[in-house]
Amino acid sequence: MPSAAVLPTLKTTPFHARTAPLVRAQTWRRWAGYQVASAYEPHPDREYAAIRNAAALLDVSPLYKYRISGPDAARLLDRMVTRDVTKCVVGQVLYTPWCDAHGKVIDDGTISRLDERAFRLTSAEPNLRWLSMNAVGLDVAIENVSERTGALALQGPSSRAILQQLTPADLSRLKYFRLVHTTVREIPVTISRTGYTGDLGYELWVDAERAVALWDALIEAGTPYGLTPAGIWALDLARIEAGLVMLDVDYFSAHRAMIEDQKSSPFELNLAWTVSAGKGPHNGRRALRAERARGSAWGFVGLDVDWESLERIYAERGLPPQLPTVAWRTSAPVFKEEKQIGYATSGCWSPLLKKYLALAHLTSPHFQPGAEVELEVTVEHRRKRANAVVRKLPFFDPPRKKA
Amino acid sequence: MTSSQRYDAVVVGGGHNGLVCAAYLARAGRKTVVLERRPLVGGAAVTEEVFPGFKFSVFSYVVSLLRPEIIRDLELPSHGLQILPLESTVTPLDNGDYLASWADPDESRRELVRHSPRDAEAAIEFGRLMHHMAMAVKPILGMVPPDPSSLAPSDLRGLLKLGGHLRDLGAERFHALYKLMTMSSADYLDEWYEFDPLKATKSASGIIGTFLGPRSPGSAYVLLHHYMGEIDGAFRAWGFQKGGTGAISEAIASAARAQGAEIRTNASVERVLVDGGRVRGVVLENGDEITAPIVVSGLDPRRTFLQLVERKELPDDLVEEVERYKFRGSSGKVNLALSGLPDFTCLPGIGPHHRGAFSISPSVEYLERAYDDAKYGHFSRNPYMDIVFPSMIDPGMAPPGKHVMSIFVQYAPYNVTGGWDDAKREAFGDAVVKTVARYAPNIESLILHRQVLTPADIERITGLSEGNIFQGELALHQLFFLRPAAKSAKYRTPIKGYWQCGAGTHPGGGIMGASGRLAALEIAG
Amino acid sequence: MTAAYDAIVIGAGSNGLVAAAALGKAGRRVLVVESHDEIGGLRRSSEFAPGFRVPLSVDTGWLPPTIVRGLALPSIDATTPAIVAAVAADGDTLALSGEPARAADAIRGRSARDAERWVAFTDRLSKLVGFLEALYQLPPPDVDAAMSLGELAPLVSLGRKFRSLGRADMIELLRVLPMSIQDLLDDSFESPLIKAAVATAGIRDIRQGPRSGGTSFVLLHHLVGARAGSVGARPWWRAGPDAFIESVAAAARANRVDVRTGARVASILVREDAVTGVALDNGDELSAPIVVSTADPARTLLGMVDPVWLDPEFLHAVRNIKLRGCTAFVRFALDHLPDIRGLDDSSAALAGSVSLTPSLDAMERAYDAAKYGEVSTAPHIEISVPTLRWPSLAPDGKHALVARAQYAPYHLRGGAPWDDTRSCALGETVTSAIDRVMPGFTDAVLHREILTPADLEARFGVTEGAMTHGELTLDQILFMRPVPGWGRYAMPIDGLYLAGAGAHPGPGVLGGAGWLAAKRILRET
Repeated sequence: MPSAAVLPTLKTTPFHARTAPLVRAQTWRRWAGYQVASAYEPHPDREYAAIRNAAALLDVSPLYKYRISGPDAARLLDRMVTRDVTKCVVGQVLYTPWCDAHGKVIDDGTISRLDERAFRLTSAEPNLRWLSMNAVGLDVAIENVSERTGALALQGPSSRAILQQLTPADLSRLKYFRLVHTTVREIPVTISRTGYTGDLGYELWVDAERAVALWDALIEAGTPYGLTPAGIWALDLARIEAGLVMLDVDYFSAHRAMIEDQKSSPFELNLAWTVSAGKGPHNGRRALRAERARGSAWGFVGLDVDWESLERIYAERGLPPQLPTVAWRTSAPVFKEEKQIGYATSGCWSPLLKKYLALAHLTSPHFQPGAEVELEVTVEHRRKRANAVVRKLPFFDPPRKKA
Repeated sequence: MTSSQRYDAVVVGGGHNGLVCAAYLARAGRKTVVLERRPLVGGAAVTEEVFPGFKFSVFSYVVSLLRPEIIRDLELPSHGLQILPLESTVTPLDNGDYLASWADPDESRRELVRHSPRDAEAAIEFGRLMHHMAMAVKPILGMVPPDPSSLAPSDLRGLLKLGGHLRDLGAERFHALYKLMTMSSADYLDEWYEFDPLKATKSASGIIGTFLGPRSPGSAYVLLHHYMGEIDGAFRAWGFQKGGTGAISEAIASAARAQGAEIRTNASVERVLVDGGRVRGVVLENGDEITAPIVVSGLDPRRTFLQLVERKELPDDLVEEVERYKFRGSSGKVNLALSGLPDFTCLPGIGPHHRGAFSISPSVEYLERAYDDAKYGHFSRNPYMDIVFPSMIDPGMAPPGKHVMSIFVQYAPYNVTGGWDDAKREAFGDAVVKTVARYAPNIESLILHRQVLTPADIERITGLSEGNIFQGELALHQLFFLRPAAKSAKYRTPIKGYWQCGAGTHPGGGIMGASGRLAALEIAG
Repeated sequence: MTAAYDAIVIGAGSNGLVAAAALGKAGRRVLVVESHDEIGGLRRSSEFAPGFRVPLSVDTGWLPPTIVRGLALPSIDATTPAIVAAVAADGDTLALSGEPARAADAIRGRSARDAERWVAFTDRLSKLVGFLEALYQLPPPDVDAAMSLGELAPLVSLGRKFRSLGRADMIELLRVLPMSIQDLLDDSFESPLIKAAVATAGIRDIRQGPRSGGTSFVLLHHLVGARAGSVGARPWWRAGPDAFIESVAAAARANRVDVRTGARVASILVREDAVTGVALDNGDELSAPIVVSTADPARTLLGMVDPVWLDPEFLHAVRNIKLRGCTAFVRFALDHLPDIRGLDDSSAALAGSVSLTPSLDAMERAYDAAKYGEVSTAPHIEISVPTLRWPSLAPDGKHALVARAQYAPYHLRGGAPWDDTRSCALGETVTSAIDRVMPGFTDAVLHREILTPADLEARFGVTEGAMTHGELTLDQILFMRPVPGWGRYAMPIDGLYLAGAGAHPGPGVLGGAGWLAAKRILRET
């Protein structure tokens, strides 16, 4: 006897009409209040393989998208994020985190300069309130275009070949982290050479009403190239290999954290390169300057788990190593000589590198590449430790990404 | 004929605090008896079959803050405590729309985004702040208030502990707590939200049981109460007790009996016997005397100090403080027996929303104007109401297919101009039904029976002075070491062996039981 | 470029001149920039009709002795008004002497009980005020340490020195501060007119009514510097209303302070998170490593500083300061001064301040309008005749009467503007209200000037016409003023200090914030 007026619990993306029938095992999950596919097939192997070997099509519409325009648009973003937005040229995309007054990361995302006075900001969490608070006294308009903009990630080695068939834009000239306003089969889109896989790939931004048509065009042109719709499980494997942090998994927003220990600075997330020195006033500048001078207490690194030791701790229980089929997102303690020196927040078996990988927060000085540590692994209900070596991120960085 | 009996402790009044106190005293090995004037225990937490087949939580109707340590210590679930979820709140709006909050966070966020995306974001951070504030306040609710004017070691220790606690909060949270304690709920919420009905619905929790409006300073801190349960290890402590709130009282009474306490109903205490500044026992209305070295009053401060004992037994300044202690009952209750469920215009049909609460708080101005009526001695023509359908949560409350509807109404001032009489009570009931009908037009055709309770009725039936359900306003100048009076805030009284354990002591208010427990711990040492 | 000045002070009101004089006395080179052609700011008397020159308030405020001593100012001859509070309503009047015993005699005719309580009441107020006087001469307590008794010790000892304040009095202060003025008065008195006479100082310049919590504090705040036993009026200077401004301006000049009038600051210049000077609206740039603003916090921080230098949370807090100008002034030039009907000592009362509001309910109703963004139809009006104190401020035999009317909220419902129609309507309301108690008044009026909050903003540059720079609610005083965490004058930009009434100790304490800010600057730089 439900009442018609009550809204369904979860929203659906503009591509839902096409994606829903493909989810064969009803493997749905929540992402930012949306219902999205974990995987279309019961197992993500083929979807992951497509990212690295052919091309995958991922619905990333649940990202929050804001259009920021007006005379002070650049000033607003520049005062908010750690990178120098005043140096962002039209057609350029910046990846950047943004911080609170104490230099702790609130969220991360991309800033696309659409034209002289307009930008698009993407984020994992809603940021309308924070944008408005930053815009006090500035002449700027902030528009939440999340629901009326569909977003597709076309990722993988064949992505350029597929897309080039459909668009008049010369993709060979579209550089890494640049965008172009163009069409795909007459559908107006913005194509940015960006993604969350660390591979060659593009993201397509489209008016929600034309979303299904865009999907159809890409599937039609891409199927001969092995284009495969892929879900979050496949994406998760790829982004761990690429060493990309994920909000709410690898770190907490400073706005959501309950205690100080849950917050991280950009330096502590391996994002030192995003903190521009010598830019104009921006949130957290004093704290960030001090941290840069002082050095950070934590580092965010890759862990390469030693196969032999993994085999050994399983063998102790009479088992072969049990490898995760999808990435895990729980916290696992990391030790050095009986002392806990940090924790891993994501991990997976990399089908490509044939390695057991994890992303971890380690305290100084243990985050130097090459350092030997131990990762806690639960084997048949017992806590064991596997040897691991600290690696610089990313684990996987193919030349085609930027070529 | 009078008979005489002997106990270690007598608890006057079988409200939930009295019962909790008795249970803890009995647990500490004291031979304890509870004396309740009415034929049933519970005070304001009673379930009665007001109309044949229709049961009502006559006064208090939801469980909010029952202390988890009491639930654990007294093993209340094994004595019948069973709290059922009350997961949604729907506020019908004047434009025909509604504002809802649901159990699922994504669903609630989506609903709020519909009205204000910015507020949906603010709600998350606001929740986080309230969580911190609740953590900051929790130890204070659980401590015996130290007397800041005393140099006794225990008081100094208490002050140091309190000082240390507040220091540990850090400046930022201390400021937030300070604002929460001093501001009006409307001003406080204005700093966070823009959607007026949201502010109204949230600030409504700040005015319940007080004689304040949402714009009155001091109304903000009750906003916290909604968040208290979340940090308490008492998951789902906010909800509806199976069998009504009376079943909570019964569960506590059962736990008290299991500890060896005796509970007598229809036993009205006439007077507390005092001899040379020391308590000797009580005498009942029927002339029976009960002797005990300890008498604990669960009644409100006015009855405890000005009625049960003679004024000459007390220092003048205490008498004066109790006389000026503010009760100002401001709320009433309308209990309806219905032939079916009302259909709300904003959410047509019968749906999951009937299992939650309806808040009639369409705007802050609506609530404020309701308060304006009360300030000048009238009941609100368009009152704030909190409506639930207990029979939707616990079908045992009404005959099959029929329903009970509980309407908490504010404002209905105790000191209504000209006093309350039958005609005014019915006019008040009519105003309530008429206001409900604005949002659910078929309500009038469904009403089988109607019970209207004004603060005067609440006072007459439960004995709560001026019908104040919290045994005195929860205003800043009547809290902590000032509740109920500066030098009598530690459950003691100037009369040796005479103690207090009602909601008129710290921390007071709601079905918490904290006062009863803290008093018993003080008594038992 | 080397700066010509060590510090630039924005605003030549009492705070600006005191800050400048204090810095100059310590050897700093100081420039004061004042947008008006005259120094003196809000409190300065001004000509509003040919030959009529009076300030907006006869209340001269309180000049803390530490400032007089610290700047070695010549003592200003002051005298206490004979009548400290008066009410004149249709058919009923009351004038209270500053001598408690004499006031009690006057009260006895209305209520013997009230008369009996008067002396004790004023005595109690005076003790509590003593504590505030101590507090107002020190920087606000540091929150991180505020809860330790150690931090409070110097305050207590200062308080003791002033008015033999004990621990019990401190608790009484904690109890009284959050109370409503109505509760405070109801606890002591029964006569409506007596309550009305005292309550006026409790709601002065605040968008709250007598039932609002915290108005007891507002009363105490307005009594700092008043003689013991007084309930509404402070001593006044025989030499004229501008005696203090002239005296401190002389002290500043003696300390090589330059004062530039007619110089309006357009912006405060910032580089690398530190101030570098100010830019005037004529394009001039003046450099200095320290800028002390006595403009209100909103104007300073939202109007003069490029917002990118300030954290969003800080900006949010500044935007949330409750300014809420709600007082309008009407100045009348009178051909002659008619008497107030029924008041024996009409002139003595008018030399102070006479309220035309006969009851707390009438004040509350006046406030009700403001809650909804409306101008009170029957505003709370206080009138005074400065020319009775200082006859030279008007042509021979003629008088100036100043009326203050509450509530005239700056923000009108639905964003309506303060236009001539509204402004004149308010003027008419005030004129006819005065005429009712002062027959012949209208005929005596030669000229009338109306200053709504919008006018005050335009004329004096105070945001929202809030003479208080932020109303005196409990959440906006001490370490919460101007915003939590920034209560000690230094703002988040290096070298920028806020030293106006928007900082502790707030309005009415002459030079209070300027003095304490200067002390901090001298300690730090």
